[in-house]
Amino acid sequence: MAWRMSTRTPASVAAGLMAVVLVGGAVVLPAYASFELLGELSILLTMLVLAQFWNLLAHHAGLVSLGQQAFVGIGAYGLFAAVIAYRLDPLPAILVGGASALVLAIPVAVLALRLGSVQFAIGTWVFAEAVRLGVTQWNAAGGGADLSLPLEAREGMLGADWVGATFDVEAAAARDILVYWSALALAVLTVGFVYRLLRTSGGLGMTAARVDLVTAQSVGVRPARMRWMVFLAAAFGTGVAGALIFLQGARVAPDTAFDMVQWTICVIFIVVIGGLGTIEGPILGVLAFYFLQRALVGYGDWLLAVLSVLAIAFMLFAPRGLWGIVHAATGLQLFPTRRRLVRNRGEVPPKKAAGN
Amino acid sequence: MTKPFLETLELDADYGDCRALFGVEVGLAEGETVAVIGANGAGKSTLLRSIAGLVRNAPEMVRLDGRPIGALSAEQVTRLGISTVPQGRRLFPSLSVEENLLIGGRHGRSKGQWSLGTVYGLFPMLRERRKAPATALTIGQQQMAAIGRALMSNPRILLCDEIGLGLPPELIRDIYAILPRIREAGASVVLAEQDIGRALRVADRVYCLTAGRVTLLGRPEHMRRHDIHDAYFGVRA
Amino acid sequence: MIWVETVMQGVTLGGLYALFAAGLYLVLGVMRLANLAHGAFIVLAAYVILLLASLLEIGPLLAALIAAPALFAAGWLLQRLLLNRLLGEDILPPLLVTLGLSIVIQTGLEKGLSAQSRRISPGPLETATVEVGPAVVSLLPLLSLGSAVLVVLVLQWVALRTATGRALRAISDDPATASMVGISPPRLLAGVTGVSLVVATIAALHAGTLAEFQPASGTAYLIIAFEAVLIGGLGSPWGALAGGIVLGVAQTAGAALDPEWEVLAGHVAFLAVLLVRPRGLFPRASG
Repeated sequence: MAWRMSTRTPASVAAGLMAVVLVGGAVVLPAYASFELLGELSILLTMLVLAQFWNLLAHHAGLVSLGQQAFVGIGAYGLFAAVIAYRLDPLPAILVGGASALVLAIPVAVLALRLGSVQFAIGTWVFAEAVRLGVTQWNAAGGGADLSLPLEAREGMLGADWVGATFDVEAAAARDILVYWSALALAVLTVGFVYRLLRTSGGLGMTAARVDLVTAQSVGVRPARMRWMVFLAAAFGTGVAGALIFLQGARVAPDTAFDMVQWTICVIFIVVIGGLGTIEGPILGVLAFYFLQRALVGYGDWLLAVLSVLAIAFMLFAPRGLWGIVHAATGLQLFPTRRRLVRNRGEVPPKKAAGN
Repeated sequence: MTKPFLETLELDADYGDCRALFGVEVGLAEGETVAVIGANGAGKSTLLRSIAGLVRNAPEMVRLDGRPIGALSAEQVTRLGISTVPQGRRLFPSLSVEENLLIGGRHGRSKGQWSLGTVYGLFPMLRERRKAPATALTIGQQQMAAIGRALMSNPRILLCDEIGLGLPPELIRDIYAILPRIREAGASVVLAEQDIGRALRVADRVYCLTAGRVTLLGRPEHMRRHDIHDAYFGVRA
Repeated sequence: MIWVETVMQGVTLGGLYALFAAGLYLVLGVMRLANLAHGAFIVLAAYVILLLASLLEIGPLLAALIAAPALFAAGWLLQRLLLNRLLGEDILPPLLVTLGLSIVIQTGLEKGLSAQSRRISPGPLETATVEVGPAVVSLLPLLSLGSAVLVVLVLQWVALRTATGRALRAISDDPATASMVGISPPRLLAGVTGVSLVVATIAALHAGTLAEFQPASGTAYLIIAFEAVLIGGLGSPWGALAGGIVLGVAQTAGAALDPEWEVLAGHVAFLAVLLVRPRGLFPRASG
């Protein structure tokens, strides 16, 4: 065969190499960076995770969720419950947060995945509100939903001693470094997972089914199963991100944990500004969010409105977002999911086939 | 062909992401019935949709009375007197039979022969079922209602996109039997058809489309059967 | 007989919720536009009424009558300039833009008029009551139920008895074929959004006199409006009224058990209806 199927582009190979270098640099960053920067980066990395999953749901699976805050919140509470009630170490307890979100996602999926798209969006929102109110009421009834992580759990975190010794820092700083590394690992795993998924035939089929369900089904795509899988995976990843976010702050309360504006609306705007439907988009979106936040220091309550205006403008004039502009100008594709025919090296091109 | 009334000039049009028509030129004279034949996917529907304004084109690609209309929207084209009987009928399911007819007449030309009364005269079945929702009709009745809806605007040109598709033969005969009445009322007709025999019987002139190009045109009486077959199935001489 | 009073209260509260829902039902039903700014529009209208009433020293009803044409114009322009460009198979673009719009309106009101709670003074009507059978009901909530029934009747009449209503049902069924019979969707849809904002103004008049509101109230209005519309289904404007009443009764019943459960009970009722009837109580015949 002189031709083979490939999704590789020269830019994607370069991007792959650069990604390795970047991630390597990010791993050793705590040795050089200030703790403020590390804290900010942890937040951004978790926002990136939320954005990747929202994009995967909304664009590729056609599941426009307005209720991702439910999974952030329940992930946070899962971690706090595991640490406080079961004395689990906070690092493995992050996974308990993800698992809690996964468990919560099952009834949501049973109810919502058979709904129309508008009903799905509102249904997930109402579900998240119901969970928030439930937790708040439990708190008001003396259940104690305003929680802080006990000091000994925070300082005695798995590996904290080693980090403290290696970087020569105090226990609190060692914890920040561990949270940062976890956020980094989560972000890398998320991008890797989404990329792998979108290149599988199931992932491509799911995206195709959004454009034309009947045709996609006729070539054997089964979007229902993929949608279940994607919804549960997004809930798990979002829950892990929620656990990490509130592990960093060490406190949790219902209104911040289940905050729709912060964990869903902001994330939606990040995706729209960066570029819907790509992996690069949310990355650019999170960067744009970071710089906007810095530019608006002191005008923090305008941030959301500025994000809204930007998102509206992009939706109207550049619906593929920042990455769409970059892609149109340069043709760059760092995470190609399209398969292209590529000629094998060193082989003679085949003669042109005779016309039929 | 006498003076061209409706014509397409070097019409290129896309269906989704694919080019469906390549430099198609067809013409229709006043009072004439023209059939466009071709296999599935030959571009018949895209041609009709381009004329109707559902596919937008460059202005000069479609002309009516010498006036460029290729870039007009479907509602503008309809108001100029070009009416469509769409493939698959496309009646409005939330509207009753009579409402479907009324909506066809609302934006058309007011002068002309067609009104609720004359359409019911043409299709008495529809009068009986006028209060029923459009979805409650049989397929044959739905086809009549779709034709009636298009006639209600008193069109100068009626575009019929495969009006026989999916109907049993005796119903197709009934539907085709009313074409002369429509022509008498003053409309010119463009028919898209897969059935060569039927097209040859009713049309003044026939165009054959193959893979988005006109491969044969002429009057039925001058056309030889095997030429048509060759053109239809894309066999090159 | 306490439960009779609870149900009565729920039904009248449902009238207010039906008013929230009716304007949303219009845009969602005709053009599948999931307008996430509808709650913000209601709050905006409430502020316009409040400002007009205090600046011109007129009653709230007159202020609402003056506000209505202005809000109609705003809706008309919004649809013409912005939303018409975003309609299509994909619900995402209009949904995102209206989400952004709601936040812009909320921030604008907070910055321009403060985040403080306000209320439109209903004048002497505030304490008026009427006896309905065994129960004594305040007049104001009853008036909102009456308005809701009136709005639904008018919408139903327009939809079923007028040529415009016919055209709108046709657009809602199949926009491409509608344009093929000469209907011009952009113009008609601009009118629909305009009327949707007029209905939002009526809702604002009732909501603003019944209880305090603030710029952030839009979110609560919005979720209730969507819940009521989706409980009712998109087949008939009566669905919005039915949905509003289901929510209202669920909330007052929940509150009767424990005041903390009021809002939660509404959400649970919504999810329960969706579980049993995913397309609502009065689903559309098609699509």
